[in-house]
Amino acid sequence: MADMRAHRRTAVLHWVGVHSLAVAAALFFVLPFVFLLLTSLMSDQQALTRELWPRTWEWGNYAQVWHTPGFLTWWRNTLLYAGLGTVLTVVSSVPVAYALAKFRFRGRRLALLLVIATMMLPPQVVVIPMYLFWAKQLDLSGTLWPLIVPLAFGDAFAIFLLRQFLLTIPDEYLDAARVDGCGEVRTLLRVVLPMAKPGIAAVALFQFFYAWNDYFGPQIYASDNPAAWTLSYGLESFKGAHHTNWNLTMAATVLVMAPVIVLFFFAQKAFVEGVTLTGVKG
Amino acid sequence: MTTAADTPRTPALRARHRRAALRTLAFLSPWLIGSAVFFAYPLLSTVYFSFTRYDGFRPPVFNGLDNWSYVFTDYPLFWPAMRNTLWLVVVMVSCRVVFGLGVGLLVTRVKTGAGLFRTLFYLPYLAPPVAATLAFVFLLNPGTGPVNTLLDAAGLPAPGWFTDAGWSKPALTALAVWGTGDLMVIFMAALLDVPKEQYEAAELDGAGAWARFRHITLPNISPVVLFAVVTGVIQAMQYYTQPTVASKAAAGIIGGSGQQTEPGYPGRSTLTLPQTVYHLGFQRFDYGSACVLALVLFALSMACTALLMRRRGGLAGAGD
Repeated sequence: MADMRAHRRTAVLHWVGVHSLAVAAALFFVLPFVFLLLTSLMSDQQALTRELWPRTWEWGNYAQVWHTPGFLTWWRNTLLYAGLGTVLTVVSSVPVAYALAKFRFRGRRLALLLVIATMMLPPQVVVIPMYLFWAKQLDLSGTLWPLIVPLAFGDAFAIFLLRQFLLTIPDEYLDAARVDGCGEVRTLLRVVLPMAKPGIAAVALFQFFYAWNDYFGPQIYASDNPAAWTLSYGLESFKGAHHTNWNLTMAATVLVMAPVIVLFFFAQKAFVEGVTLTGVKG
Repeated sequence: MTTAADTPRTPALRARHRRAALRTLAFLSPWLIGSAVFFAYPLLSTVYFSFTRYDGFRPPVFNGLDNWSYVFTDYPLFWPAMRNTLWLVVVMVSCRVVFGLGVGLLVTRVKTGAGLFRTLFYLPYLAPPVAATLAFVFLLNPGTGPVNTLLDAAGLPAPGWFTDAGWSKPALTALAVWGTGDLMVIFMAALLDVPKEQYEAAELDGAGAWARFRHITLPNISPVVLFAVVTGVIQAMQYYTQPTVASKAAAGIIGGSGQQTEPGYPGRSTLTLPQTVYHLGFQRFDYGSACVLALVLFALSMACTALLMRRRGGLAGAGD
């Protein structure tokens, strides 16, 4: 009896310990968001004081940010870069990933090694010739095309992640389709694609977020033309000309973060699966 | 595109193999074209430009190893960038891995509200880097930031964070640790894959919590730990957006207008290798020397990637 009670007591203590640690960790992760929101609702003067709670709730900050010249253009550019870029990435990466996962051919291993190697490379490695090519040869700097066009030729990370996913689809399904007389294109479209939806969703989300978050690309190609800026790049210039309007900067920050977080709640599963696929399954 | 063992002997077989090879090429073609145009060609150009004096207007002029000796001996930002990168590789990566593993362990033990905790821990990973960095520069603002206000209230020292050369890298590390949700997810998946029987057997043998972690958990998840370390090192070498935005925003607080002459404020302490490529190429228009730096970055990244792939045959697809 006493033994059981002691056992239950340690179980309760364990529960309390684990959950207090979890709450402490949750505070570390959540408090920055809370301060961010609170500051975005302060007046300009109060944001420069040490007070943490808004004295008056300045909801107008958000309207002011929204109506800042350029903000809607940056929004449109971001949607174009992220939306069109995502579609192009998926369409061009799926066949490559399919071949790497399901075809047997000489050089398959080498091709995969190259995909992984390019995936790991910093964009700075080839940026100088690429910039000179787009800007001097094609006169397309100040536009988003140098960022979008390459995505029509497959993205290494997308190919790798999709290939990892396609490996989990048993070959028997493909063989059955081939026995029924399907060519490879039909097999891919009719059999593989419907089964690969979660993998495609994960790749699409990652690509969308990559473009949404990209700072280096727009800085290289679009910095001298504010009409081609994206939200991530424009956000940084959001500070006032002579001093930092922290309340407006934080309101703009919230507006740039919000779509990402909303999208996450709709597609949580695809996201977490994608991350797991890159790191755990070989 | 067939293996030597099944070399076709009859014309019909040979035709079928040729069709298979063409089909493979067709499926791979987007990437084959893309990597030739957007990777192989520019990489070769980078190598070529690194041996030339080139400002983007006048044609490149061959100047031998001048750029290379300039970057390694006379370019004042190179060694600070290398030192900062080394610091980030050692401190930032270990903090992220230890913290990510700790949070992963914690989440697998939470009984009540596990889904909520997991979501809360993951969210910062999604915050756009520019937005997250601006938020942290504000939060850690030495005069009026909420963090220092709280530290003050708790009677703790309140450092200058992004405006103090001794604290700017710890501040960047805090930002990176905040966004550790990706590591939490992969550690969590690995932890849940550890066979339960091993824990039960160890418990019967009277192994304590630490012994179980040390002798069962760690060996089982070590491939994932290594993956996290190596990809972390690669990320640290590529670290660009956060240090760039942080130094500009922090200089803006002090300087007022956000103007800044030299990257890496305060005192070159947030300067990383990718920033030097940008600085020499796009601010000084010395494309030749910038290409030297790009190649240094290339060599370092390839070394890490090779490490990752050599050890982890599975990632390279040897297992299937």
